[in-house]
Amino acid sequence: MKNLTIRYFAILREQRGLTEETLTTTAATPTALYDELQARHHFTLPADRVRAAVNDEFVAATASLRDGDRVVFIPPVAGG
Amino acid sequence: MFRLSPTPLNPADLAQALTDERAGACVTFEGWVRSRNDGQSVFALDYEAYPLLAEKEGARIVAEAREKFSVLAAHCVHRTGHLAIGELAVWLGVTAEHRGDAFEACRYLIDEAKARVPIWKKEHYAGGASVWINCATRGDHVHLPGQPA
Repeated sequence: MKNLTIRYFAILREQRGLTEETLTTTAATPTALYDELQARHHFTLPADRVRAAVNDEFVAATASLRDGDRVVFIPPVAGG
Repeated sequence: MFRLSPTPLNPADLAQALTDERAGACVTFEGWVRSRNDGQSVFALDYEAYPLLAEKEGARIVAEAREKFSVLAAHCVHRTGHLAIGELAVWLGVTAEHRGDAFEACRYLIDEAKARVPIWKKEHYAGGASVWINCATRGDHVHLPGQPA
Protein backbone atom coordinates (compact mmCIF):
# COMPACT_ATOMS: atom_id res chain seq x y z
CA MET A 1 0.00 0.00 0.00
CA LYS A 2 1.16 3.54 -0.65
CA ASN A 3 -0.12 6.99 0.19
CA LEU A 4 -0.48 9.36 -2.75
CA THR A 5 -1.61 12.94 -3.18
CA ILE A 6 -3.74 13.56 -6.24
CA ARG A 7 -4.44 17.03 -7.66
CA TYR A 8 -7.24 17.61 -10.10
CA PHE A 9 -7.56 20.19 -12.85
CA ALA A 10 -10.24 21.26 -15.33
CA ILE A 11 -12.77 18.58 -16.29
CA LEU A 12 -11.38 16.11 -13.75
CA ARG A 13 -11.55 18.70 -10.95
CA GLU A 14 -15.21 19.31 -11.77
CA GLN A 15 -16.08 15.62 -12.05
CA ARG A 16 -14.27 14.79 -8.79
CA GLY A 17 -15.70 17.84 -7.03
CA LEU A 18 -12.41 18.81 -5.36
CA THR A 19 -8.93 20.00 -6.19
CA GLU A 20 -6.81 17.63 -4.12
CA GLU A 21 -7.05 14.48 -2.04
CA THR A 22 -4.82 11.89 -0.43
CA LEU A 23 -5.41 8.25 -1.14
CA THR A 24 -4.11 4.92 0.09
CA THR A 25 -3.88 2.52 -2.83
CA THR A 26 -2.25 -0.59 -4.22
CA ALA A 27 -2.11 0.94 -7.73
CA ALA A 28 1.40 0.42 -9.10
CA THR A 29 1.20 2.73 -12.13
CA PRO A 30 -0.63 5.90 -13.21
CA THR A 31 -2.83 3.80 -15.50
CA ALA A 32 -3.87 1.50 -12.65
CA LEU A 33 -4.54 4.51 -10.43
CA TYR A 34 -6.62 6.23 -13.12
CA ASP A 35 -8.65 3.04 -13.63
CA GLU A 36 -9.32 2.93 -9.88
CA LEU A 37 -10.35 6.60 -9.72
CA GLN A 38 -12.40 6.45 -12.90
CA ALA A 39 -14.40 3.49 -11.60
CA ARG A 40 -15.06 5.31 -8.32
CA HIS A 41 -15.81 8.79 -9.66
CA HIS A 42 -17.17 8.08 -13.16
CA PHE A 43 -14.65 10.22 -15.01
CA THR A 44 -15.76 10.52 -18.63
CA LEU A 45 -12.29 10.66 -20.19
CA PRO A 46 -10.90 7.25 -21.09
CA ALA A 47 -7.42 6.45 -19.73
CA ASP A 48 -5.83 6.72 -23.17
CA ARG A 49 -6.79 10.43 -23.42
CA VAL A 50 -5.22 11.39 -20.11
CA ARG A 51 -1.50 11.97 -19.50
CA ALA A 52 0.11 11.54 -16.12
CA ALA A 53 2.48 13.74 -14.15
CA VAL A 54 4.26 12.70 -10.97
CA ASN A 55 5.93 15.26 -8.71
CA ASP A 56 5.36 17.97 -11.35
CA GLU A 57 6.93 16.14 -14.29
CA PHE A 58 5.38 14.15 -17.14
CA VAL A 59 5.76 10.38 -16.75
CA ALA A 60 4.83 7.32 -18.79
CA ALA A 61 1.46 5.73 -18.03
CA THR A 62 3.38 2.63 -16.93
CA ALA A 63 5.82 4.42 -14.58
CA SER A 64 6.16 3.06 -11.02
CA LEU A 65 4.31 5.00 -8.33
CA ARG A 66 6.06 5.40 -4.98
CA ASP A 67 4.82 6.22 -1.51
CA GLY A 68 4.42 9.98 -1.13
CA ASP A 69 4.16 10.74 -4.85
CA ARG A 70 2.06 13.70 -6.00
CA VAL A 71 0.06 12.64 -9.03
CA VAL A 72 -1.81 14.74 -11.59
CA PHE A 73 -3.85 13.40 -14.48
CA ILE A 74 -3.77 15.76 -17.44
CA PRO A 75 -6.86 15.94 -19.65
CA PRO A 76 -6.37 16.90 -23.33
CA VAL A 77 -4.88 20.39 -23.30
CA ALA A 78 -6.36 23.41 -25.07
CA GLY A 79 -4.18 26.45 -24.61
CA GLY A 80 -3.81 29.22 -27.15
CA MET B 1 10.70 33.16 -21.39
CA PHE B 2 7.34 31.52 -20.78
CA ARG B 3 4.93 32.59 -18.09
CA LEU B 4 1.30 32.51 -17.05
CA SER B 5 -0.62 35.67 -16.23
CA PRO B 6 -3.82 35.84 -14.18
CA THR B 7 -4.23 39.50 -15.19
CA PRO B 8 -4.91 41.13 -18.61
CA LEU B 9 -2.00 41.30 -21.07
CA ASN B 10 -0.86 44.60 -22.54
CA PRO B 11 1.00 44.03 -25.83
CA ALA B 12 2.75 47.40 -25.73
CA ASP B 13 4.17 46.68 -22.27
CA LEU B 14 5.19 43.14 -23.25
CA ALA B 15 6.91 44.31 -26.45
CA GLN B 16 9.20 46.64 -24.51
CA ALA B 17 11.22 43.62 -23.37
CA LEU B 18 12.02 42.83 -27.03
CA THR B 19 13.98 45.99 -27.78
CA ASP B 20 17.38 44.93 -29.10
CA GLU B 21 19.62 46.85 -31.48
CA ARG B 22 20.94 43.58 -32.97
CA ALA B 23 17.44 42.61 -34.12
CA GLY B 24 16.38 43.13 -37.72
CA ALA B 25 13.03 41.37 -37.30
CA CYS B 26 10.33 41.26 -34.66
CA VAL B 27 7.34 38.94 -35.01
CA THR B 28 4.55 39.07 -32.46
CA PHE B 29 1.46 36.92 -32.26
CA GLU B 30 -1.73 37.61 -30.34
CA GLY B 31 -4.33 34.91 -29.71
CA TRP B 32 -7.73 36.53 -29.12
CA VAL B 33 -10.94 35.16 -27.67
CA ARG B 34 -13.34 34.97 -30.60
CA SER B 35 -17.11 35.01 -30.54
CA ARG B 36 -17.73 31.77 -32.44
CA ASN B 37 -16.22 28.29 -32.28
CA ASP B 38 -17.42 25.25 -34.23
CA GLY B 39 -20.67 27.01 -35.09
CA GLN B 40 -21.48 27.92 -31.47
CA SER B 41 -21.83 31.45 -30.18
CA VAL B 42 -19.23 31.88 -27.46
CA PHE B 43 -20.00 34.19 -24.52
CA ALA B 44 -16.77 33.91 -22.52
CA LEU B 45 -14.14 31.38 -21.54
CA ASP B 46 -12.01 30.21 -18.66
CA TYR B 47 -8.38 29.16 -18.89
CA GLU B 48 -7.08 26.89 -16.15
CA ALA B 49 -3.43 25.85 -15.90
CA TYR B 50 -1.31 23.40 -13.96
CA PRO B 51 1.11 26.20 -13.11
CA LEU B 52 4.32 24.35 -12.23
CA LEU B 53 4.23 21.97 -15.16
CA ALA B 54 2.87 24.57 -17.60
CA GLU B 55 5.82 26.84 -16.88
CA LYS B 56 8.30 23.94 -17.12
CA GLU B 57 6.91 22.69 -20.42
CA GLY B 58 6.62 26.24 -21.75
CA ALA B 59 10.27 26.88 -20.88
CA ARG B 60 11.26 23.67 -22.69
CA ILE B 61 9.38 24.80 -25.81
CA VAL B 62 11.12 28.18 -25.71
CA ALA B 63 14.50 26.41 -25.33
CA GLU B 64 13.67 24.17 -28.32
CA ALA B 65 12.78 27.19 -30.44
CA ARG B 66 16.06 28.84 -29.51
CA GLU B 67 17.92 25.68 -30.54
CA LYS B 68 16.11 25.22 -33.85
CA PHE B 69 16.08 28.85 -34.98
CA SER B 70 18.51 31.72 -34.76
CA VAL B 71 16.56 34.07 -32.51
CA LEU B 72 17.54 36.79 -30.07
CA ALA B 73 14.50 36.74 -27.79
CA ALA B 74 11.50 34.41 -27.57
CA HIS B 75 8.74 35.27 -25.12
CA CYS B 76 5.35 33.68 -24.53
CA VAL B 77 2.75 34.78 -21.98
CA HIS B 78 -0.53 32.91 -21.53
CA ARG B 79 -3.57 34.13 -19.64
CA THR B 80 -5.39 32.17 -16.98
CA GLY B 81 -8.80 32.91 -15.49
CA HIS B 82 -12.02 34.28 -16.95
CA LEU B 83 -11.78 36.04 -20.33
CA ALA B 84 -14.40 37.94 -22.31
CA ILE B 85 -14.72 38.06 -26.11
CA GLY B 86 -11.92 40.08 -27.66
CA GLU B 87 -9.50 39.65 -24.76
CA LEU B 88 -5.94 38.63 -25.36
CA ALA B 89 -5.44 34.95 -24.42
CA VAL B 90 -1.83 34.48 -25.46
CA TRP B 91 0.97 36.79 -26.57
CA LEU B 92 4.23 35.82 -28.27
CA GLY B 93 7.14 37.97 -29.24
CA VAL B 94 10.22 36.82 -31.13
CA THR B 95 13.18 38.83 -32.33
CA ALA B 96 15.93 37.71 -34.69
CA GLU B 97 18.51 39.18 -37.01
CA HIS B 98 16.39 38.08 -39.97
CA ARG B 99 12.66 37.63 -40.55
CA GLY B 100 12.73 33.96 -41.55
CA ASP B 101 13.87 32.74 -38.15
CA ALA B 102 11.53 35.14 -36.35
CA PHE B 103 8.46 33.92 -38.28
CA GLU B 104 9.34 30.24 -37.99
CA ALA B 105 10.20 30.39 -34.30
CA CYS B 106 6.95 32.21 -33.55
CA ARG B 107 4.96 29.57 -35.42
CA TYR B 108 6.82 26.78 -33.64
CA LEU B 109 6.18 28.33 -30.22
CA ILE B 110 2.44 28.75 -30.62
CA ASP B 111 1.90 25.35 -32.26
CA GLU B 112 3.88 23.48 -29.59
CA ALA B 113 2.38 25.49 -26.74
CA LYS B 114 -1.14 24.65 -27.89
CA ALA B 115 -0.31 20.96 -28.18
CA ARG B 116 1.79 20.41 -25.05
CA VAL B 117 1.38 22.96 -22.27
CA PRO B 118 -1.09 21.84 -19.57
CA ILE B 119 -3.61 24.64 -19.98
CA TRP B 120 -7.31 23.95 -20.40
CA LYS B 121 -10.07 26.03 -21.93
CA LYS B 122 -13.71 26.00 -20.94
CA GLU B 123 -16.04 27.73 -23.37
CA HIS B 124 -19.28 29.29 -22.15
CA TYR B 125 -21.99 29.54 -24.80
CA ALA B 126 -24.75 32.06 -25.27
CA GLY B 127 -27.38 29.43 -24.41
CA GLY B 128 -25.86 28.78 -21.00
CA ALA B 129 -24.01 25.53 -21.73
CA SER B 130 -20.26 25.21 -21.20
CA VAL B 131 -17.71 22.69 -22.43
CA TRP B 132 -14.07 21.82 -21.74
CA ILE B 133 -12.50 21.99 -25.20
CA ASN B 134 -10.97 18.74 -26.54
CA CYS B 135 -12.50 16.75 -23.67
CA ALA B 136 -15.77 15.66 -25.30
CA THR B 137 -16.52 11.95 -25.05
CA ARG B 138 -19.16 9.62 -26.39
CA GLY B 139 -22.47 10.28 -24.66
CA ASP B 140 -21.79 13.90 -23.74
CA HIS B 141 -24.96 15.95 -23.73
CA VAL B 142 -23.30 18.94 -25.35
CA HIS B 143 -22.02 17.74 -28.70
CA LEU B 144 -20.11 20.16 -30.86
CA PRO B 145 -20.63 19.94 -34.61
CA GLY B 146 -17.50 18.88 -36.43
CA GLN B 147 -16.20 16.69 -33.62
CA PRO B 148 -16.50 12.91 -33.71
CA ALA B 149 -19.30 11.62 -31.50
